Amino acid sequence: MIRDHFRVLVVDLGRGRGRIEEVDGRDSVAGGSGLAAMLFARYGSADRPWDDPGQPLIFAIGPLTGLFPLMSKTVCAFCSPYLDQYTESHAGGRSALALRFADLDGLVITGHAPTLSCLVVGSRTLAVEDVHFMAGMDVLESGKLLRSMFGGSGHRSILRIGAAGEQGVAMSCINADTYRHFGRLGGGAAMGVKNLKAIVVLGDAVFDLPPGRTYADLFSRVYGLVTATGMMTKYHNLGTAANLASLNKIRALPWRNLQATSDAAITGVSGERFAEEALLRNSACSGCPVGCIHVGFVREQFMAAHRYLLKQVAYDYEPIFSLGTMLGITSAFAVLDVLDQVERSGLDAMSAGVALAWATEATEKGVIGERETIVRLRFGDRDGYCRAVQALAGAENDFYRLLGRGTLHAAREYGGEEFACVLGQEMAGYATGEVFFVSQSQGFRHSHLDSGGYSYDQQHAERDVQAAVDFLVRDEAERCVLTSMVSCLFARSVYSRDLLGECLQSLGCPGLASGLEALGPRVQRMRWQLRIQTGFSPGSVAIPKRFYRLSNWKGAIDPAYLEELKGAYGRAIMALAGGGKSG
Amino acid sequence: MKILTTPAMNRCIGCHSCSLACARLVHGRLSWDTAGIRIRSSGGLTTGFTAAHCLACSPPTCAAHCPTGALVPRRGGGVTVRRKLCIGCGECVVACPVDAIFQHGAEIFVCIHCGRCVQFCPHHCLALEERDTNRVEASP
Repeated sequence: MIRDHFRVLVVDLGRGRGRIEEVDGRDSVAGGSGLAAMLFARYGSADRPWDDPGQPLIFAIGPLTGLFPLMSKTVCAFCSPYLDQYTESHAGGRSALALRFADLDGLVITGHAPTLSCLVVGSRTLAVEDVHFMAGMDVLESGKLLRSMFGGSGHRSILRIGAAGEQGVAMSCINADTYRHFGRLGGGAAMGVKNLKAIVVLGDAVFDLPPGRTYADLFSRVYGLVTATGMMTKYHNLGTAANLASLNKIRALPWRNLQATSDAAITGVSGERFAEEALLRNSACSGCPVGCIHVGFVREQFMAAHRYLLKQVAYDYEPIFSLGTMLGITSAFAVLDVLDQVERSGLDAMSAGVALAWATEATEKGVIGERETIVRLRFGDRDGYCRAVQALAGAENDFYRLLGRGTLHAAREYGGEEFACVLGQEMAGYATGEVFFVSQSQGFRHSHLDSGGYSYDQQHAERDVQAAVDFLVRDEAERCVLTSMVSCLFARSVYSRDLLGECLQSLGCPGLASGLEALGPRVQRMRWQLRIQTGFSPGSVAIPKRFYRLSNWKGAIDPAYLEELKGAYGRAIMALAGGGKSG
Repeated sequence: MKILTTPAMNRCIGCHSCSLACARLVHGRLSWDTAGIRIRSSGGLTTGFTAAHCLACSPPTCAAHCPTGALVPRRGGGVTVRRKLCIGCGECVVACPVDAIFQHGAEIFVCIHCGRCVQFCPHHCLALEERDTNRVEASP
């Protein structure tokens, strides 16, 4: 049932028309990250800016999507509004299985819609609908309205943007089915610049499975691994929020714009506290029995006489770090309040929190004031941050317009670059040391998920530059295999290369199964070549001084090691990409 | 005769493991739809998910509307499908008051109460039970 080619729908929003294309290369790039890179090379341009209508917005799934547990993610690729370079962002929800059941390996969206629009695709559907009446509508209200406008409850995916994406804010996200996000590097603006408010994917196709017991038995075995063993316990229990107490304990959790790495107030925002007091229920991506989505609740009294409204907000480690500890907010419910505002406005929670943390310290230091920030920013002040989030999403003045392009843009204009917590983009929540700082600042997506740098920091005391670089390169290649299938990276301990080979064999794909070893480095090279062709240079990404002056459980950061590692990893990237040449 | 029940749907996380298992194991398909149990989101006040599946009504309304006798009332409620007799007219789909039957092309898909989906629910939302005990709590 896995085709030997890719079935790709290419949509021109300007004409409201599309065409199905059959694209070769299945055994070469598998799907997901590999397919997205191939499609960008085909439909995108290294010479044009991110907001050129011709630049494609790409969604790609993999050969195993929907066919095995946790093969439930979609790769979104685009020219990043944040970087003006090629990038990827990943999300689950129902997006991956909906694309599978829309019978699409890839969806390529080009052009610019004449009015604010919603693209509707399915196995027998293609429409570009005018939704001008949704201009400025928040993400949650948009979801409600879209659900009422289109059929397929439970068997569809609804991707949409908020005010931030419509405004072209470079730290805007694409919301996937309310509780998941293509979060980082500006996917929301990449959609918004196309006048595209939403994408509805109807999952209405049916496929025959291979006859015999082999596939079904293997599915049951994998299902047992992810549900009946301890391999996924962390995600099933407290979720990624379990990391808060762990990282705080080893003095590696950023607090108040990384002015500290540990604080006794952790008890108010730990994963345990969230689970005990604010966890409403769990949810899951389609095709994943783990159910790692933790939906919290917070109620708000909006009127006297005990009149309340209820907010349901999904939380994870990263937004609790960025909108909690990083902003000095030490109550779980207050974190959820700010996160709810971020969700509604369609901002990337990590970038928004880290940017506002910088703005708060800049305020404390007198670098900026209320003339810039509209509301006085103070660490721990929930209400102030809720207002600032609105201003950031709406690009309400010159300051927020600059800040929305990235913290360093504002810092260069106003001052305070040395304490901007930016590693290629606003940092993820790991003050674990030199390897992570280099990994995020130089990494392909500037993401903590590019490779396990934060884990390497925790497992290795020695300062061996070559060993660390070898790890980063090797680990990224391994992850490229998973993100080409497309697996949730939480399942990386489950899906060994051998098991992936078995999965592919059971579906009659011997070519893919036997080519897994070469797949990772190939996709890794393709992605880096695109990134470099669109302007990336390892030397151009600086690591602000704050990261050089930290201490954690390992002691003080070693500036010389950090510098040496940064240079060596940059050279390794250029070498593996062949200097950026295509081929 | 046992029937499929959904005693703890308020635990459902919307992973679709049950409907994917039914499509895979009973019907040899990969699909959200061609299954005897299908999960939908339910917004509004309660939020969460609902399961569309055969409630094993007896006598079954769908069988009464089938013009070719392809749906045979099953002991304990629900129906057995005689595929060779089905002409794909879709009368049963319309007749079912709880939207439990799905039609794909000329084929219909309705729960046969085999219980193969039950073991794939990670939160024990589903059960296969004797008809007169279908209100007991699900196992933890």
